[in-house]
Amino acid sequence: MERAGVRLMGKKLLIHNDKVANIHTLDVYRAHGGYASVEKALKTMTPDQVTDEVKKSGLRGRGGAGFPTGMKWSFLAKPEGVPRYLVCNADESEPGTFKDRYLMEVIPHALIEGMITSSYALGANTSYIYIRGEYFYVARIVEKALAEAYAAGWLGKNILGTDFSHDCYVQVGGGAYICGEETALLESLEGKRGNPRIKPPFPAVAGLWGCPTVVNNVETIAAVVPIVNDGGEAYAKIGIGKSTGTKLISASGHINKPGVYEIELGIPVEEFIYSEEYCGGIRNRKKMKAVVAGGSSVPILPTELILKTAKGEPRLMTYESLADGGFATGTMLGSGGFIVMDEDTSIVKNLFTFTRFYHHESCGQCSPCREGTGWMEKILKKFLNGTANESDVDLLWDIQSKIEGKTICPLGEAAAWPVAAAIRHFKQEFLDVARSKKFVDVSHYDRLNKINA
Amino acid sequence: MKVTIDGIEIDVPKGTTILQAARMIGPEVAPPAMCYYTKLKTSGGYCRTCIVKVTQGSTANPNPMPKPVASCRTEVMDGMVVENNTSPEIIEARKGVVEFLLINHPLDCPICDQAGECKLQDLGFQNGSSKTRYEFKRREFEEIDIGDKIKLHMTRCILCYRCVKTADQITNDRVHGVIARGDESEISTYIENIIDNDFSGNVIDVCPVGALTDKTFRFKQRVWFTKPVDAKRDCKTCCGKTRVWLKGEEVVRVTARKDQWDEVEEFICNACRFDHKKKSDWVIEGPSPIHRNSVISQNHYEHLNELKVQIMKQQKALGFMPIDKQP
Repeated sequence: MERAGVRLMGKKLLIHNDKVANIHTLDVYRAHGGYASVEKALKTMTPDQVTDEVKKSGLRGRGGAGFPTGMKWSFLAKPEGVPRYLVCNADESEPGTFKDRYLMEVIPHALIEGMITSSYALGANTSYIYIRGEYFYVARIVEKALAEAYAAGWLGKNILGTDFSHDCYVQVGGGAYICGEETALLESLEGKRGNPRIKPPFPAVAGLWGCPTVVNNVETIAAVVPIVNDGGEAYAKIGIGKSTGTKLISASGHINKPGVYEIELGIPVEEFIYSEEYCGGIRNRKKMKAVVAGGSSVPILPTELILKTAKGEPRLMTYESLADGGFATGTMLGSGGFIVMDEDTSIVKNLFTFTRFYHHESCGQCSPCREGTGWMEKILKKFLNGTANESDVDLLWDIQSKIEGKTICPLGEAAAWPVAAAIRHFKQEFLDVARSKKFVDVSHYDRLNKINA
Repeated sequence: MKVTIDGIEIDVPKGTTILQAARMIGPEVAPPAMCYYTKLKTSGGYCRTCIVKVTQGSTANPNPMPKPVASCRTEVMDGMVVENNTSPEIIEARKGVVEFLLINHPLDCPICDQAGECKLQDLGFQNGSSKTRYEFKRREFEEIDIGDKIKLHMTRCILCYRCVKTADQITNDRVHGVIARGDESEISTYIENIIDNDFSGNVIDVCPVGALTDKTFRFKQRVWFTKPVDAKRDCKTCCGKTRVWLKGEEVVRVTARKDQWDEVEEFICNACRFDHKKKSDWVIEGPSPIHRNSVISQNHYEHLNELKVQIMKQQKALGFMPIDKQP
């Protein structure tokens, strides 16, 4: 399979060895240069030097928000006598995103190596990898790798004869999207109901068990390995502007070659979709209709706006370029869940699917999200039932505007943005569907609801 | 710390929240609060009715905050400027929150015991619309008993979490909590009828709506036909200071006393609340202060209370010390 095929120009740092046989075992991983960053960091660098390299690298959080990792690390409070924790957010649940799963499944040691090196930088003697419940088999893979690492002395007391000791644990979630929100994740990790906390205080000050905590995405932690090995400056040379390094993209939808690709940030979107190295164009020789560029919560863009910005410049795969034009004409890189839709796709049905997801995953803590997500789903169902009116489009718009920015955590926005963007760019389609009164059967979706209820 | 809310400046101590500061100024600028409860730690932040706009974060960092904030959980900074009722954006957002709270609420006020003292009724009246845009079936749950004295009518619940926080804070073992998620979340007990705690009845008082009601009072009387009086008794378990609701000579209900923000002054025990329903059990101190806008005051207490205030003012002017205040 040509998944993530080697690109001549493109540099790969995370999954360059993904085709090596048995790379999931410690021996093979080590033979391909694995755990070098641990050796380098623990033997030749101070924790602050590691943090400095991460700062220099310009690495930004790969979970979706894109917050500079080095800055996040430097915010970590370091009171005397209080333990600090590193928590890896592997609760990857955003529809369209499956890069972390691929990384953990294929090269679990890359994550563990990153966990050790990052923990050393943060002075954390304990770390947790919180894996979503649906990834149970992945948790098994990571646990097996952890056991290998312990047996070889990469984890435990006095790693490599230094005075740095570290324990890493895997915790499997109960299957809730909301536990990907860092404070909900911490609540869940503490054994409580996964409700997001009200901030401040932020985890950097009071996180897990009330102690200073850094929560990072799987890919972010794995990216620390090449940063320490090659230096932050070398990493920063890859990419464009403030979008440095490489990024894993989960490409799915109506493309010829769906899969996980590691790209250099800065390649044109058009190249990513149509080149043979990546998505290989739209399947069945269809035309492209729209793209959701960063996981289901980011605004959908029609073809003309995803390939070129409103100013007519080619749109690039960077945090800045994808966001160019704000939400009026732009979107976000998000978690890199790249969903391509062809000309036959119903935006209304797609939006129903997304909204149904956010309704199902709302924790129910704050009113706008708890009530609003369900309301929007019911209205969108009307469109599919053939019972919607044209005024329902305005009602949907009004509801999303009353959710956005009014909630405790970003799930409110995640639910509101797709609705807003779909109406912003495809309003006519909504009106046409409302006028046509055509019935679309989605009753099979409800079967799943009944199982869950 | 100096903070300006709706153009009115006030000096407050460090650690004060915006909501508390606004309450210090007065009810005209205080945002409504459905989930926040001064006496319950970590309460607030959920209902989003108290959201305000911070147009200036502080003197040191004058940038506005990007999103509306929950005033009940946001501490003031020196030089902060806040807009509540003066911001059309906030008025509109609050209208939205009220609508969200109401779409799945059964609006069964005519048969709800809370009617007349329901915070959601007040909130809807002040900030809501007279029409609904929600055309779907509303959420329903089976009624359940939490112990033999408390009825949980989950259909009416707005998930403010106050009862959960109350049980967490003032009882030893919390036996109810939130199960399920999203709009299917419900307050529930893991095993029904296992509540056995001296203070569990307080969850009824903190409930802003009619979700938790007193089974000894259910369907007995509309509150506006009863007369609240402040009463006390010697109680070994709690303060014994309560509000006794009379219908003629009959004690129909006993609750804790509430302050002007409708928050319990002191929590009372179940014995006072449920087991002392004779007038002779209580020493009556006088009529309870009821706000003149409350439907309960329609029933004659307002002028009595007004009279009491006037008399006290005159006594004060004359330098007269009431007997119970004399040294």
